[in-house]
Amino acid sequence: MRFVDEYRDPVAARSLLALITELAGGEAFKFMEVCGGHTHTIYRHGIEHLLPESVQLVHGPGCPVCVIPMGRVDDAISLAERPGVIFTSFGDMMRVPGSRGNLLAAKAGGADVRFVYSPLDALRIATENPDREVVFFAVGFETTAPSTALTLLQARARGVGNFSVFCNHVTIIPPIKAILDSPDFRLDGFLGPGHVSTVIGQRPYRFVPAQYRKPLVTAGFEPLDILQAIAMLLTQIRAGRCEVENQYSRVVRDEGNPKALAVLAEVFELRPHFEWRGLGFISQSALRLRHEFAEFDAERRYEVPGVRVADPKACQCGEVLKGVIKPWQCKVFGTACTPEHPIGTCMVSSEGACAAYYNFGRMHREAAVAIGTKA
Amino acid sequence: MCLGIPGQLVGLDASNPHLAVAEVSGVRRTVNVGLLEEQQLQPGDWVLIHVGFAMSKIDETEAERALAGLRLMGRAYEDELESLRASLEGP
Repeated sequence: MRFVDEYRDPVAARSLLALITELAGGEAFKFMEVCGGHTHTIYRHGIEHLLPESVQLVHGPGCPVCVIPMGRVDDAISLAERPGVIFTSFGDMMRVPGSRGNLLAAKAGGADVRFVYSPLDALRIATENPDREVVFFAVGFETTAPSTALTLLQARARGVGNFSVFCNHVTIIPPIKAILDSPDFRLDGFLGPGHVSTVIGQRPYRFVPAQYRKPLVTAGFEPLDILQAIAMLLTQIRAGRCEVENQYSRVVRDEGNPKALAVLAEVFELRPHFEWRGLGFISQSALRLRHEFAEFDAERRYEVPGVRVADPKACQCGEVLKGVIKPWQCKVFGTACTPEHPIGTCMVSSEGACAAYYNFGRMHREAAVAIGTKA
Repeated sequence: MCLGIPGQLVGLDASNPHLAVAEVSGVRRTVNVGLLEEQQLQPGDWVLIHVGFAMSKIDETEAERALAGLRLMGRAYEDELESLRASLEGP
């Protein structure tokens, strides 16, 4: 009965599922959960299998590790292999494949690659190694970008001249818009990301109902949060409403975190365009350092190849990231592509849809049986 | 990297208002609280920490829920804690 215990309140879970079933009334609905953390919760707790079959969840592009294109990984490896460089990265990025291996392989080949928990650790390594050049591989949405910004402000204030950032920060609104503009498929609404919204707040999502007539409910990370958010989306639809709502108001404030937004604006500016794995180039979808911080910008300080590399032919991460196919529908899923030997990014990060399904997909039926919704 | 981990503040740094010591799953580490300066944080307060930075203030109930959820994540959470501990020891 492990799954029942894992739902903090199985009674509430059952009544939410009954409400969802009643509201859906057998009609087909497709909702996208934008955030990789939600994808993890959905698979971990077998939520897809608990929902009525007519209500489908589609996994979105909100996993920063998953959306980094191969060419940027190649650029990172080229920086790491420069003589005298200490290349620092979050652990999640170490196994992301470039066109000629990953950062772990570069490290095994002699590059000084170190994984860090925080950009501040990278800055500390720089102050402790004044005769070396320390580069930090910055990735992440608006959740982590303020941390990089504050670290850069500290580096400048303290005059740490041997520190720079290879900036790959991305923003959440442009890919949502790209997906809404994509002719590939139809969506009925969105589960808005939780942690990103603590920074950006709720206002930036208003275009979703205003311009595209789709509801969006920002959700927390517990299974009950996800179920409640789905019920809120259906309630809106049935009531003829179309709004931005906040299921995760215990953490997310409508205005976000104004201080975090201010440091983002001080340190970063939008790139004209940036390539997303599977989604292609999206204009104004990523951040780069403002020219006031040029000396800390690894791309201005060193030459990086900057070559666009096409995804491996066998890999269908693009379709998975757009929600066109489910992970297990990819030809190499679980055979040539596994968490131990990933071909695509979605299999690397624990928040990637493929890794989450690989690890937990088999639990779906078990969950449904345990909670008593399916025999 | 994307995981928000709850930590309870155990001390504030009088010399630097942007720093505080937080206990995170039994580990004490300095966290940057500069993004929450308007919240007037006190020892005992819970915050959600991303890569060494407190990003939002939460209440104890939310902290307990979030921790329970993180424990269920298994390896992803253990990896995050391991890298947090390793970062205390330095390179």
